[in-house]
Amino acid sequence: MRDSAVAAYNLSMRFPGKRRGEEIEVLENVSIDVAKGEFVCIVGPSGCGKSTLLNIVAGFLEPTSGSVIVEGEPVHGPDPRRIFVFQENGVFPWLNVRENVGFGLRKQKQTERDATIARYIDMVGLGGFENAYPHELSGGMRQRVEIARALAARPDIIYMDEPFGALDFLTRLKMRADLIRIWQSEKKTILFVTHDIEEAVQLSDRVFVMTPRPATIQEIVEVDLPRPRHLDSPDYLAKRDRIFSVMGMSLRVGETAA
Amino acid sequence: MAALFLTGWGLAVRWSHSDLFPTPGNVARGIVDLMQKGLLFKYIVASLFRVSWGFTLAVIIGVPLGLLLGWYARAFQAFNPLIQVFRPISPIAWIPVAILWFGVSDAAPIFLIFLASVFPITVATVAAVQNMQLVYLRAAQNFGLSTGELFRQVIFRACLPQIITGIRIALGVAWLVVVAAEMIAVNSGLGYLIIDARNAGKRYDLVVAGMVMIGVIGLILDVLVRQLEKFDEVRWGYAGRRK
Repeated sequence: MRDSAVAAYNLSMRFPGKRRGEEIEVLENVSIDVAKGEFVCIVGPSGCGKSTLLNIVAGFLEPTSGSVIVEGEPVHGPDPRRIFVFQENGVFPWLNVRENVGFGLRKQKQTERDATIARYIDMVGLGGFENAYPHELSGGMRQRVEIARALAARPDIIYMDEPFGALDFLTRLKMRADLIRIWQSEKKTILFVTHDIEEAVQLSDRVFVMTPRPATIQEIVEVDLPRPRHLDSPDYLAKRDRIFSVMGMSLRVGETAA
Repeated sequence: MAALFLTGWGLAVRWSHSDLFPTPGNVARGIVDLMQKGLLFKYIVASLFRVSWGFTLAVIIGVPLGLLLGWYARAFQAFNPLIQVFRPISPIAWIPVAILWFGVSDAAPIFLIFLASVFPITVATVAAVQNMQLVYLRAAQNFGLSTGELFRQVIFRACLPQIITGIRIALGVAWLVVVAAEMIAVNSGLGYLIIDARNAGKRYDLVVAGMVMIGVIGLILDVLVRQLEKFDEVRWGYAGRRK
C-alpha cells in the first residue's frame, strides 16, 4: 500500500443558515486519501464546498464531524509543514517580493535564508523583481510570489485553492506548466482545488469529482497519462470528456432544444 | 481664487467702514509686528509643543489599544460602550475639568489634546483590525507565527494604512483643540494670542493674524502626515486614482 500523505474520514460540514435554526449542509460524508508525492485535483461545480474541504484539511476550519490525518497525525490547526496557496492571493502587500518569499524562513540564518530566497525567486521566474511590491506586479506574478513563498518554506504538502482562477488563459497555461515542472523537481504532495476540468486533467495524477451541495465524492478519475501531456491527444480528450459526463455536462454548445 | 478672496475681503472692509475689522494689509503688518516682537515664533513653538506631546501620547496609547480591542472580541465588548460614551463629549467640555486637575499649566492643554486625538486613532485602528482580510491572517497562521509576531508582522502592518488615516484625522482635531485650550487654560500659544489681542485693546489685526497662522500651520501638519502615505509599506492601502 502506498504511503498516505493526506487522509480524511467521513467529513461532514454544516454552517448555520441565514434564518434561525436553519443549517446549510456543505459536505456530506467525504473521505479522501492522497498518497505522498501525488498530485490530486478536486473538481466540482462552483459553490459545492470543495474550498471548504481544502480549508478543513489544512486546519483552518473544524469539521462538524469526521477527522483528518496528515502524515500520520490528526489535524487541529494550520501547520507550517503544509502551506496553503490562496485563491484571493495571500501575498503580504506591505512586503516586497524578497521579504514575502522569505516570510516562512524567519528561523534560518541570514546567508542560508538569502540563498533559499534567491533559489525560489529564480524557480518561479521572478528574477529582477526582488524589490518590487505586490501592487506593482501583475496578478500572475503575484501568484508566482505566493507559490515561491510556499515552496521556500519547504513544506511536505501544498494546498492550492483555485490559485490560477483569476488569471487570463495564456498565463494560466504557462503557470500550469511551471507548476508541474516544479512539482516534478521538488517532489511535493499537492492537493489542488479547481472548477476547471481542463486544468484538473492537465495537472493531476487523479481527479476527485464532487457533486453539488451537499458535496460528496462522486467519482475518482485516474489520469494515467504521461507528462508532458498533449492537450489534443485522444487519451487526454477521453479523460476530460469522462469528467464532463460525470458532472452531467454536455460538450455541445448551442444545441437546439428538443 | 486666493487673489480674488483677498481683494473681496479688502473691498468689503473698506465699503463697510469698519473700524475694527482689519484688511489683508493690516493683517500682514500684524504678522510682521508679531515677528519683530519675537512673539509669533514663541507662540507657534508653544502650541506645537503641546500638540506634539498630547498627540504622541495619543498615538502611543491609541494604536496598541486599538490593535488589542480589534483583535480580542471580549475586550472590545467590555471597552466599546465606554469609548462610545466618551467619544462624543467635545474636548472643549473637558476644559474646566482639565484646569481643576492640572491647573494653569502645559499639562492641561496636553491632556485635552490627548483626549481629542486618542479616540479617532483608537477607533480607526479597531475598525482596521476588524475588517482585516482573512487571507492575510490565515497565511500568517499557516507559517506558524507566535502571537507577538502576528501582531507586529501582520496585524499592525496590514492595518497601518488605515491607522495613518486615523492619525491624520486626529492631528487635525488636535490642532483645533489646542487653540481652544490655549484660550482658557494657559497664557501662551496661538490660541492665547487671539484671545489676548481681543481682550487687550481689540487688536483685530492680530486676531486675524493668529487665525492665518493657525490655518497655515494646520495645512503644513496635514501635508507632513500625508507624506507617510507615500511609503512603499503602506501605499498599497490607498488604491484609487492617485498612486
